[in-house]
Amino acid sequence: MLLISCPNCGSRDETEFHYGGQAHVAYPENPNELTDREWAEYLFYRDNTKGAFAERWLHSTGCRQWFNMLRDTVTYEIQAIYPMGSPRPDAAGKVTAETGTASTAADSTTTGSAAPSIAATSTFPTSSTTAPEGATK
Amino acid sequence: MSTHQLPEHPDFLWRNPEPKSSYDAVIVGGGGHGLATAYFLAKNHGMTNIAVLEKGWLAGGNMARNTTIIRSNYLWDESAAIYEHALKLWEILPEELEYDFLFSQRGVMNLAHTLGDVRESMRRVGANKLNGVDAEWLDPQQVKELCPILNISDNIRYPVMGATYQPRAGIAKHDHVAWAFARKCDEMGVDIIQNCEVTGFVKDGNRVVGVKTNQGTINTEKVGLCAAGHSSVLAEMAGFRLPIQSHPLQALVSELHEPVHPTVVMSNHVHVYVSQAHKGELVMGAGVDSYNGYGQRGSFHVIEHQMAAAVELFPIFARAHVLRTWGGIVDTTLDASPIVGNTPVENMFVNCGWGTGGFKGTPAAGMTFAHNIATGEPHRLNKPFALERFETGALIDEHGAAAVAH
Repeated sequence: MLLISCPNCGSRDETEFHYGGQAHVAYPENPNELTDREWAEYLFYRDNTKGAFAERWLHSTGCRQWFNMLRDTVTYEIQAIYPMGSPRPDAAGKVTAETGTASTAADSTTTGSAAPSIAATSTFPTSSTTAPEGATK
Repeated sequence: MSTHQLPEHPDFLWRNPEPKSSYDAVIVGGGGHGLATAYFLAKNHGMTNIAVLEKGWLAGGNMARNTTIIRSNYLWDESAAIYEHALKLWEILPEELEYDFLFSQRGVMNLAHTLGDVRESMRRVGANKLNGVDAEWLDPQQVKELCPILNISDNIRYPVMGATYQPRAGIAKHDHVAWAFARKCDEMGVDIIQNCEVTGFVKDGNRVVGVKTNQGTINTEKVGLCAAGHSSVLAEMAGFRLPIQSHPLQALVSELHEPVHPTVVMSNHVHVYVSQAHKGELVMGAGVDSYNGYGQRGSFHVIEHQMAAAVELFPIFARAHVLRTWGGIVDTTLDASPIVGNTPVENMFVNCGWGTGGFKGTPAAGMTFAHNIATGEPHRLNKPFALERFETGALIDEHGAAAVAH
C-alpha cells in the first residue's frame, strides 16, 4: 500500500488515486506523418523500468488533479512528486533537461496550464532538494 | 482431496550440471513455460543439446505464485484455440510425463452478477461451443447444486444471476507440474542450470550468438525468452522493446479445511476466484495492483477487496484464517493476450505477456514456442500472438473473458 503525497491535498492512501502509467509520453506532433510502427510505439509501447520510473497519478477522490511521480518499481519508494509538464527530476532530485521529440508540449492529460501548488508537500521537488540522498541510481 | 493422494518426493528429479560453453538453444527462465518449452524442443524436435537458465531456483518465480486454475473458456477464436490445445495437453500429460501432478477436472464456474454479465456470459458459452470448448450456462439453482456453499440469495449487493460452467476445467498442483517437466527434460539430456542469471547477450550484427550470465558466457544458436515479469528487462538487454507492463499480482491461502468447495468459482464482477487445494487450503486471487512493480508484493487493499467479495459469496469462509499471501510479477499487454513468436533480433524468440493467465497455458505455450524456436516460424496456434499485431492493429482483446483484471 502506497502513501502518496498529493501536491494539493497532502499524504493520502493509495486507494484515493488512479494510476496513469508512464509520464512524459507526448502526443505526436504530426500524427498523420507517423508510420504504423511509430503509431504502435506511441499507443502500445511504454517503458517497463526496473528501478526509478516516472509515472502519472490522478488524485481521483481528492483534488482530481494529475501529477507526476518518480517511484522505484522494486522498493516502491516514492522519490519525487512534481507537476505535469515539468521535466523529470534526476535521482538526486535535480530537474534535468527534457528529452524526447516534443519537449515543449504539455503531457496529454495535463489539466491546465497552472502547475499545482508546491507548498503542501515536502516531497515536492524545489530548486535543489527532493528525493533522499542515494535514493536510486 | 486428502494428503494420501500426494505422490512421494523422489530424492532427485534432475541433475544440477555446470553450464557447457555452447548449446543449440538456450531457454531463459526455468519456470513452467521455460521447462515446457525445453520438454517439447526435446520431444517434438529432437533438440537435446539445450539449456534452461534460471536466475533463482527451478520454478520459484510465478510458477510458485499462481492459483493453479486451468480452463479454456476464452472468447476469441485465437485464444480458445491455444488454451483449448493446452487443456487437451493437460489431459494427457500426467501419463506422458509419468508423474501425477494431480490434475483435477472439477470444473470452473464464472459467475454473472448483472444483466450485462449474463449477456456476456451467454455469448461466451455460445462462442466456446462453436470452438469445441465445453461450456454450459447454469441458473442460480444449478450453481447452488454444484457448489452448495455459495450464497445465491438475492439480498446481497451483487446476487448470483447464473454462471458459465466448463466441466473439463480444474486445477493441478503447480509444483508437481514443474517437477514433472524438469524430470523428463533432464532424462532427455536437457541441462537445467539454476542460480544462473542472464546479464546480457552476445550479438553478431543483429543475430544473437550467445548469452552472458553470472556463470560465464554461453554460446548458442538460438535463444528463447520465457521470463514472464522480467521479459522487458531481458529485451532491453537484447536491444528491443516489448509492449508489456509488469504488475504485482497477489494470491493467498487459508489454513487447511475439510473438503467444502468441490469446484472452482470465479467472479469477474465482484472479483475473486476461489478453489480448494488438494490438501485443503482455500486458494484465492483477484486483480493486479494498478501500478508497475517488480517487488513481488502487492497492496493490502487488493486483499481486503477480494476477501470482502469471498465472504459475501461464501459466508462459510467468514471465520477462515489467512495462512499466507504472496505476490508474483505478471507481464501484461494492452489486449490481455500473450506474445509468442519472433523478435526484432534474429534467432531470439519471446514468450511473454501471459499476464495473469500463464499457468493454464503452460503446455501449449511450451509446445508452440518450441516449434517456433526449432523451425524459426510460428506454429499455427501462436501465429496470431506475434509481436506484429500491435503494429497491424489485429489485437486479440481478451479483457472480457480473461476473468481477472489485467
